[in-house]
Amino acid sequence: MNDLGWIDAVVAGVRPQVMGALLRYFRDLDTAEEAFQEACLRALRTWPQNGPPRDAAAWLILVGRNAAMDDVRKRARHSGVDQIRKRGRLQALPDEETISDREDAEADIAERLDASNYRDDILRLLFICCHPELPATQQIALALRIVCGLSVGQIARAFLVSEAAMEQRITRAKAKIGNAKVAFETPGAAERAERLAAVAAMLYLIFNEGYSTNLAEAEARAPLAEEAIRLVRLLLRLFPTEPEIMGLTALMLLQQSRAAARFDGDGNVILLEDQDRNLWSTSDIAEGLALIDKAMRHRRPGPYQIQAAIAALHARAECAENTDWPQIDLLYANLERLQPSPVVTLNRAVAVSKVKGPQAALDMIEPLGARLQGYFYFHGVKGALLQRLDRNDEAREAFRRAIALAHTPAEAAHIRQHLDRLSS
Amino acid sequence: MLYAILCYNSEDAIGSWSKEQHAETMTRLHKVHEKLEKQNRIGPVARLLPTAAATTLRKGREDVVIDGPFAETKEQLLGFYIVDCASLDGAIEVARDLAKANPLTGAYEIRPVAQLHESHLPTEKKPAA
Repeated sequence: MNDLGWIDAVVAGVRPQVMGALLRYFRDLDTAEEAFQEACLRALRTWPQNGPPRDAAAWLILVGRNAAMDDVRKRARHSGVDQIRKRGRLQALPDEETISDREDAEADIAERLDASNYRDDILRLLFICCHPELPATQQIALALRIVCGLSVGQIARAFLVSEAAMEQRITRAKAKIGNAKVAFETPGAAERAERLAAVAAMLYLIFNEGYSTNLAEAEARAPLAEEAIRLVRLLLRLFPTEPEIMGLTALMLLQQSRAAARFDGDGNVILLEDQDRNLWSTSDIAEGLALIDKAMRHRRPGPYQIQAAIAALHARAECAENTDWPQIDLLYANLERLQPSPVVTLNRAVAVSKVKGPQAALDMIEPLGARLQGYFYFHGVKGALLQRLDRNDEAREAFRRAIALAHTPAEAAHIRQHLDRLSS
Repeated sequence: MLYAILCYNSEDAIGSWSKEQHAETMTRLHKVHEKLEKQNRIGPVARLLPTAAATTLRKGREDVVIDGPFAETKEQLLGFYIVDCASLDGAIEVARDLAKANPLTGAYEIRPVAQLHESHLPTEKKPAA
């Protein structure tokens, strides 16, 4: 049971906490990463014989910190001047008397030092990846590298770029946040809430990168969705009373529950209403439903909760015909109020078409034309509505536009099916 | 004598298992279950959803509902119920009834059950008096 695969899982599980603590000590991402690497190497040497320690996080923090300190001392001896100490980087370090080189025996000290901080440590670690100057793809790549510990190769495969290109992207992103000022003091309530919102948005981005994809990419990108779920679960455990974090976790789980049913054997997209619901993951659904149920008790609705509630209504319907469309329409109306956006209105129109018919839905989306001109789904939805109204020429025109805007061959193929049906 | 065996582990570590590691572990556990099932020596087995899905009802002069699992160490685990409710509100209602019937201190942690396996105990089996 102590073989390397299981040790990997233990290390991956505590990585955010350990990296977060090391970053607080050394205030420098590269030093923290090197310290973590060194601790992992030592773990791989000793854990297979002794088994992982009871508190793996405390062990890795302590060993990583000692290793990096030794390194700092060595460098200080060589240069004669302890420049790092001069710059005040190590001021957060505990008194050296309390740290010894004996690894396991001191784990409880490390634990006491860290338990009070680790919530903010992990939040800070995630938050520095959401630096507003970093484009979304760099935020995601950085979080996957630093927080999740995916290799550059794994991340490059997920983004369909070369390893060298990804390496460069991550190095640039690191340089940018290295120059930015990150507050290492314990954040106040308002700042913590701000960080939490930014981190939640980034985790949803990671999830969507792993989810909105075609079958060919699905395998390479699946780890992104899994990592996002792992991180949002962790975030929820750190902030167990935040209904929006419950909502985001539920949203990801409910969307992920349909992963196995989203493509047919040829890699074509299967729409929600045509999916084989037996392929939906019952355990993901159970957890998602439990979380959204819990969130709604707070009566503090937010965009993630509402989207999760919509996903929950789909999950609860045994077949597409039993979907509670009036309730979904209502939820989208709430979402429109909280987060007005033409895309939300477009989604609402789909529910409206089920409740009030295609004409009402068409009336709803026609004013969006100017803003959604370049949006694939807009023309797809419009085409389907026109088709139901027997306005076939206009439907064909809308479908052709959709195909021109499709991001993936699978999307285009899906629309082409509609076109074929119109011509036959 | 009937014994309850309560399972503790790190959610972080288990959450980091690969699908293969999950499957391997479940296969090994099922072998243990099967042996006990054949001997009619195993009662209901429940796998709980993660603690993030937990809610706790704290007893007191007024009961308080708190998000998250029961985290105190002053009290000890004395028993558990498995109840069927339409929603979390229903489960909290049951916990409130229990609290009324059993006053003073303590708490009830409410955890959704992910999977429940049927009992293989003979129906006449009762705990030793």
